[in-house]
Amino acid sequence: MKLIEAIIKPFKLDEVKDALNEIGIEGITVTEVKGFGRQKGHTELYRGAEYVVDFIPKVKLEIAVADELVAKAVAAIEETAKTGRIGDGKIFILPLEEAVRIRTGEKGDEAI
Amino acid sequence: MLRRGLLKAKEAALTGAVRSGVSVPFTKLMLAACLVLMPVAAMAEEKAAPAAAAEPAAAAPAAAAVATEAAAAAAPAAAEAAPAAPAAEAPKTVDPVLNTGDTAWMLTSAALVLFMIPGLALFYGGMVRQKNVLSTFMHSFVAMGIVGVQWAVIGYSLAFGSDMGGGLIGDFSKAMLNGLITFKDGAPVYTLFQNVTTEPGSIPEYVFAMYQCMFAMITVALISGAVAERIKFSAYCVFVLLWTTLVYDPLAHWVWMVDGWLFKMGALDFAGGTVVHLSSGISALVVLFFLGKRHGFPTERMAPHSLPLTLTGVGLLWFGWFGFNAGSAIVGVNTSDAAGGLAGLALATTTIAPAAAGLTWMVAEWIHSGKPSALGFGSGVVAGLVVITPAAGFVQPGAAILMGIVGGLVCYGGVLLKAKLKYDDSLDAFGVHGIGGTTGALLTGVFATVGATGLLSGNFKQFMTQLIAVGAAAAYAVVVTLIISFVIDKTIGLRVEKEDEIMGLDQTQHSESAYN
Repeated sequence: MKLIEAIIKPFKLDEVKDALNEIGIEGITVTEVKGFGRQKGHTELYRGAEYVVDFIPKVKLEIAVADELVAKAVAAIEETAKTGRIGDGKIFILPLEEAVRIRTGEKGDEAI
Repeated sequence: MLRRGLLKAKEAALTGAVRSGVSVPFTKLMLAACLVLMPVAAMAEEKAAPAAAAEPAAAAPAAAAVATEAAAAAAPAAAEAAPAAPAAEAPKTVDPVLNTGDTAWMLTSAALVLFMIPGLALFYGGMVRQKNVLSTFMHSFVAMGIVGVQWAVIGYSLAFGSDMGGGLIGDFSKAMLNGLITFKDGAPVYTLFQNVTTEPGSIPEYVFAMYQCMFAMITVALISGAVAERIKFSAYCVFVLLWTTLVYDPLAHWVWMVDGWLFKMGALDFAGGTVVHLSSGISALVVLFFLGKRHGFPTERMAPHSLPLTLTGVGLLWFGWFGFNAGSAIVGVNTSDAAGGLAGLALATTTIAPAAAGLTWMVAEWIHSGKPSALGFGSGVVAGLVVITPAAGFVQPGAAILMGIVGGLVCYGGVLLKAKLKYDDSLDAFGVHGIGGTTGALLTGVFATVGATGLLSGNFKQFMTQLIAVGAAAAYAVVVTLIISFVIDKTIGLRVEKEDEIMGLDQTQHSESAYN
């Protein structure tokens, strides 16, 4: 099992979700986050007063998947979240030791 | 036009009666008219007699005189009944006659001007940080409270009471709004405010007094834009009371009261460019001298927390400003019509100039810094409103467009200047009202064509008069505000503790928070 963490542009969320649904992924966790990468921040101007906004809003997805689905899931995210412009985001893949479905007590692949 | 003609006819008839030395007192004529026209003739008779005797009310502004509403209603009838007389060459003084149309418009205008204050609260409130929005709202709202009482107790008298000497300030004859209502045999008699003594049109002085009260309320509230986010609430309250009494009331007397020295000199200020905007803007700058910058200015982020509030405020201000400017036709030159053509002109210029100024600011910002901002457009609209205020009833639409463009550019420059000079006028009370008010007052002396002439019509003297008015009002406001601020700073202290400022004024001054 792996945990996929993807940080993407907020407006791409729906497309990514649909693509993940299509390949059979049954659950994702979404968080609104802020941060910066190579895109850096932007400036805002209010009546001549300039403020630099360092952290840009992004969306973070967390998806727990069985090993055989990892490649497909990553490909789906990569394909749908891509605009080709700076700031498209990152995908991280982490090993996942265990998963438990609270309602039934199922463990491992059964639980995700 | 028809109505205007009717008034003229009335005037002619009345003047004729006076000129031909008709010994039948005016009283009798009115009585006769009452008897013919009014089903309740007996009651009218009782009231008309004292009314038509019409002793000018003690210490009346312009030519307020006592008359009952019954008499007022009867007067046109009397005029029609009087024998036609040749039009007088030199208009004579006539008794005031209540004009219900004008009164209805002035009641509405007063309410519109009051509505500008919550508009101002929204305008300013959206521009501060989230932790200070309630305190900023309170700065506007508490001004309604303090000035509402102050105006009734002493303010109206200081501004519009009869002159104490030199055209500098009114006396105490109208303290507690004394004399605006009297009783004759138990029946109330309402004093009338008549703008032009040669024309009868008038409104109850209560309406005039309250209309002016709204001006006093909003003027001091304008200053709160400069001191937002750090002034101590108690100090602000004392400041509001002292500033209105010592700065606003005398200035209103100078410029708008017939005895005032700037009025006599012929200074033009239709709805308050010098009295309201210049005075509050420049005073804001003076308070800043004692108050200092906000903690963290200009490095820390102090972006507006809710521009939708600010733009809603701009909308309400514009809406209310129609009462502010078009209502000011009540004191227009040579007119007794509060709701006539002059009000229409003021309404037109108050629509045109802000529109032009909003566009100008937006385009200037677009070119200068890349994007047309919402705050920029809104600020431009307010700048245009400020600039057209002294000119609203003196200029024509073409000049209004030009004034809007100049106002938008000048105020945009003024606001940028702040960023350069690093003084902390939080919400640009000086940049918009001080600079805009000055620009408007001077441009009035350039573009005036209606009821007065300006530089472009070859009247250089008018422009000089405007310069003197601007200089005198600014100098007076600066000196007195310096003293007031100094005294408050040394006694109560103008500023909150640094810790309280960082926590936010909503928490520390009011024990509330805006968004829960």
